[in-house]
Amino acid sequence: MNLRRVVVTGLGALTPIGNTVPEFWNSLSTGVSGAAPITRFDATLFKTQFACEVKNLDVEQFIDRKEARKMDLFTQMGLIAADEAIKDAGLDLEKINLHRAGVIMGSGIGGLRSFQDEVTDFARGDGTPRFNPFFIPKMIADICAGFISIRYGFRGPNFVTVSACASATNAIIDAFNYIRLNKADIFITGGTEATITEAGVGGFNALKALSQRNDSPTTASRPFDKDRDGFVLGEGAGCLILEDYEHAKARGAKIYAELVGGGMTADAYHITAPHPEGEGASNVMKHALEDAEMQPEDIDYVNVHGTSTPLGDISEVKAIQKVFGEHAYKINISSTKSMTGHLLGAAGAIEAIASILAIKNSLIPPTINHFTDDEEFDPRLNLTFNKAQKREIRAALSNTFGFGGHNASIIFKKITE
Amino acid sequence: MSEIAQKVKAIIVDKLGVEESEVTPEASFTNDLGADSLDTVELIMEFEKEFNLSIPDDQAEQIGTVGQAISYLEANVK
Repeated sequence: MNLRRVVVTGLGALTPIGNTVPEFWNSLSTGVSGAAPITRFDATLFKTQFACEVKNLDVEQFIDRKEARKMDLFTQMGLIAADEAIKDAGLDLEKINLHRAGVIMGSGIGGLRSFQDEVTDFARGDGTPRFNPFFIPKMIADICAGFISIRYGFRGPNFVTVSACASATNAIIDAFNYIRLNKADIFITGGTEATITEAGVGGFNALKALSQRNDSPTTASRPFDKDRDGFVLGEGAGCLILEDYEHAKARGAKIYAELVGGGMTADAYHITAPHPEGEGASNVMKHALEDAEMQPEDIDYVNVHGTSTPLGDISEVKAIQKVFGEHAYKINISSTKSMTGHLLGAAGAIEAIASILAIKNSLIPPTINHFTDDEEFDPRLNLTFNKAQKREIRAALSNTFGFGGHNASIIFKKITE
Repeated sequence: MSEIAQKVKAIIVDKLGVEESEVTPEASFTNDLGADSLDTVELIMEFEKEFNLSIPDDQAEQIGTVGQAISYLEANVK
């Protein structure tokens, strides 16, 4: 079967280090941290009192107040990122076949704030079941994809992918496959997440997953550093416009990069701990390479999952060395979570964007906050510490791994005729 | 305007995102103020919360305009 080629023709990003794609890239390339004390609620009693929040967001600039009220923050963020991506792609909605245009958005959790508030309200009452009719539609994880389709009239495949921190990558792979298989021509895809709430921070704290470096939020996310102590919770959204190559060419679209492969595996090991030898992680990178019909030597950059947890970073690097062998010493590896924090179900989307822009700009965004070497990591590896590095990138691989043992990897390639 | 009427108007302005001048007694939630069926359910719920009463479904269905809401509440709020 002849598979169609799939390219990226539009990007949208709403992140803790920039509310648009250009701002996001500017922060990535200069090594800015998005972490700061939590403002979304009073975190005084929490073990972790900081996070990577989206800043200076004026929702009503993008969404009518009446409509915005019916949406959880995760949906609002997804819509805002989708809007930027659609505009960036220069899509004329009158001219494309909207029945061949779909939306697949990842979200690890969905409307956590809406769920928390509504249930708390009920619990505080006298037992009378008085639930807001918008409670369920605000909370459900698929609703962002629904709102995007309503706004732009995209009538093709439409759903959410949920695989914790791999959600957005799974979304991108699904969209990629539907276009390759000629089931649709164009997709808005990516992910969105907004879980900086009492329940979100409290829940991740209970798992001992979050950094507790309250005295220095901006240096807390320090992947591969000896003193890393957990991830920093982030929020935001990323959207990519994926398009059939011929379709994009026919309408004269600008093309950022080609999406050439995706891999998906499971650890089948533990609900939250990574496989100690990174078995699922090495398999997923191999699958992505096979899918792309590429060799490890064809990759120049790996944007790692690299959340800054003590165990996760080690097993991922082991997996990379297993897959890439000697070539592991020739690639650049970096964790952009050192700057953005961990956007959970949106992580795969903003890291895909980081990888694409790295290719386009021939610049590897850094792993900031490196202070002390950890002997667990082979010093011959180039983990792109602290400063961006200039480099021609033929292809970049982006990893995401989620609680439940879900692994998903994608490969973007510099566009060639 | 009664205190009840003022509160009703304020809830409608807030929930439906309309101008206060549009909220006339004759105005229909769905035909004039742009509410869909979910908005209407939410309005009834907000009235129940604000005035601390329970409006049975069969009576809620009879409340389609601003005036009807005000009359119902004026008659039933203790």
